[in-house]
Amino acid sequence: MSTTAAVITAADFRIPLGSWADGFIDFITDTFGFFFDFVRAIFSGAYDLVDLALASPPFWVIIIVAGVLGLMIRGWKFAVGTVIGLVVIVGVDQWENAMDSLALVLVASILAILFSVPLGILAAKSSLASGIIRPVLDFMQTMPAFVYLIPALILFRVGVVPGIVATIIFAMAPGVRLTELGIRNVDHEVVEAGQAFGASPWRILRQIQLPLAMPTIMAGINQVIMLSLSMVVIAGMVGAGGLGQQVVASLNRIDVSLGFEAGLSVVILAIFLDRITAALGTGNTPIGRLRAARKHSGTPAAPTPADDSTAEAEIEAAKRPGVLQPS
Amino acid sequence: MTEITAVKAEESASEAEQNPSTVSDAASVEPGIAVKADRLYKAFGRKPHDIVKKLQGGASRDELSHLGTAAVIDASFEVKRGEIFVVMGLSGSGKSTLIRMLNGLLEATSGTVTVGDTPITGIPAAKLRDVRRQSISMVFQHFALLPHRTVIDNVAYGLEVQGMPREERLAKARTIIRLVGLDGWADNLPSELSGGMQQRVGLGRALAADTDVLLMDEAFSALDPLIRREMQEQLIELQAELGKTIIFITHDLNEAMFLGDRIAVMRDGRIVQIGTPEEILTDPANDYVAQFVQDVDRARVLTAGSVMEPARSVVTVTAGPRAALRTMRDLQTSATFVLRRDRSFAGVVRDRDVLKQVKAGDGDLRAIILDATAVSADTALVDLVELAVESDLPIAVVDERNRLLGVIPRVTLLAALGNVSTATGELPVTEPPATISMSIITETLRETAPEGVQP
Repeated sequence: MSTTAAVITAADFRIPLGSWADGFIDFITDTFGFFFDFVRAIFSGAYDLVDLALASPPFWVIIIVAGVLGLMIRGWKFAVGTVIGLVVIVGVDQWENAMDSLALVLVASILAILFSVPLGILAAKSSLASGIIRPVLDFMQTMPAFVYLIPALILFRVGVVPGIVATIIFAMAPGVRLTELGIRNVDHEVVEAGQAFGASPWRILRQIQLPLAMPTIMAGINQVIMLSLSMVVIAGMVGAGGLGQQVVASLNRIDVSLGFEAGLSVVILAIFLDRITAALGTGNTPIGRLRAARKHSGTPAAPTPADDSTAEAEIEAAKRPGVLQPS
Repeated sequence: MTEITAVKAEESASEAEQNPSTVSDAASVEPGIAVKADRLYKAFGRKPHDIVKKLQGGASRDELSHLGTAAVIDASFEVKRGEIFVVMGLSGSGKSTLIRMLNGLLEATSGTVTVGDTPITGIPAAKLRDVRRQSISMVFQHFALLPHRTVIDNVAYGLEVQGMPREERLAKARTIIRLVGLDGWADNLPSELSGGMQQRVGLGRALAADTDVLLMDEAFSALDPLIRREMQEQLIELQAELGKTIIFITHDLNEAMFLGDRIAVMRDGRIVQIGTPEEILTDPANDYVAQFVQDVDRARVLTAGSVMEPARSVVTVTAGPRAALRTMRDLQTSATFVLRRDRSFAGVVRDRDVLKQVKAGDGDLRAIILDATAVSADTALVDLVELAVESDLPIAVVDERNRLLGVIPRVTLLAALGNVSTATGELPVTEPPATISMSIITETLRETAPEGVQP
């Protein structure tokens, strides 16, 4: 009987990480409850406002607005596609759910962008901040989203707010990473030029780093929005409503038709948001082109650089023999 | 009277350096120091100060390579106001690090930098920014223009940072755009311009900021050779016009020799020699520099002033033809230079003409003075070659008041171009050689001698 006591089995070795996390959340709930109530009020207020704007007008108003937006940002083909897609959503009777989900995505994305871009700037400016932020982002991105739904549920109670919070956490990472990458990749010499002329760090950020990093930052924002949309379904599980709830319901009922219709609506919203933000990122929009064309016609037609450099070379060649002019 | 052809080389640099006499004049006037670097060190690594301490204690750069990189070691120099000071070295020699310490883009590990009368090492960031706005601007190798801004907004950038109102700074930028030859391009984006034109924008941006000191970091290295040459010439013109102090970094020795009033040669983080292009070329401090300069186009670097020899065959107008003839006989040459009463250069007389005059008893040399080529001391040798081909006479070198400084016989020119010494030793080079025999001259002098005068 004495020999078995000395053997330590794998079952005996147990780090109570889980109960620590549990205790931590309990502690937070008890101590900062008022703070989370405050956050909850703000998030749900913002959601209600956006949802009101999207869901209360008749569907055709929203469709027309979306169509015009598509026309201005990508052109008529995309506008037609947008209108057809949205009509399909109306046709499968998912309009209100789609608008609820769109409101959630918009609120969550805007908040995620508001958090992630400054964090990305901070990470780009300071290697220490980057070293801290990077593993946290890894954690946020790879931890299964369901897992942080649990504390979100405890802290914010069932409803749309835990959905928004989980979405923000899940979607922030590419916003931070691409902002940092964009700013770090700005031509070092151009930043040095700003410094060499005595510009302050804030001015360099505003006038050089952000404008030059903008395409990369916009790619990050595009990713934030797409990830937000992919969280819609998971948010549906904690009572956020919208298309996510429909998908969850169809899963519970093994309802193929409902699942397909709700899923297709998500896809249509995703394509619309992706194409719009991608076009904004490259700046290659019909409006941008129109503005550029107007500006160009305003300036006198200048010779092309190639012509000019050969002209310079000719002048140079003509000058050389004239160096020696003894009379 | 005699007309003198003074050849002013296109390559003539600023009026400041030129021949040895003006340089020494300038030194005695003390024109002021624009930038001063005193015992500058820059080390990269975990403990840069340790590296510098060990270097100061006599350790070599290679011994410390495990601790980090010593990019600049014990660099001291003074750049005079209105000077083009070139820092030359191969890549990795520390020249880019050095120039970045001069405006505080990199902080010196040890040592001090003074711009004008403001020390810029160890001052707060805001104050450093003030110095950069007011006193020192920079041109970059890859132009470093703001790609999302038009040419005029790029040129006006320094002024914008200085806080100048928009209308005012655009007006000023417009004059600078004209100055650098970019008329009509003000509203284009940099990407619509060729490389040479983009660097004109970069230069314009630095000039518009209106600082005394201009740092140029390999500014022309990214350009095509033809455009580069043109930019170099334009830079010298602009410098002469605006009187900026320019510190120019390059790895191209010919560029350094062409632009520099003085050159600092860097190797492995140390400045191995500072001197005028001619000093570097004719008196390299060590084998490294000597090896470096052996490929230089000597004809473009060496100037008339640096190779000329003292003029031996010279007479004054007042001395008369008999004295001229005697001089030529004594030096066994067939021509002699003639100076006016105020010692200015008048031309040359040939032995035949003088002989005739002496025989005719005519006493005025002025009647037979021929044109002779005279050049200024800063004329590059390349511009003397054609002159030397055209005439067998030595080329006269004169100062700005047309006084004879020296002469360059053909042999001297050839020797200088070929980098060999003239090797004539005690014997002076005599050109052109005598054509009339000594005895005839002596005979003539005796025959025509006035009463009581010995030939």
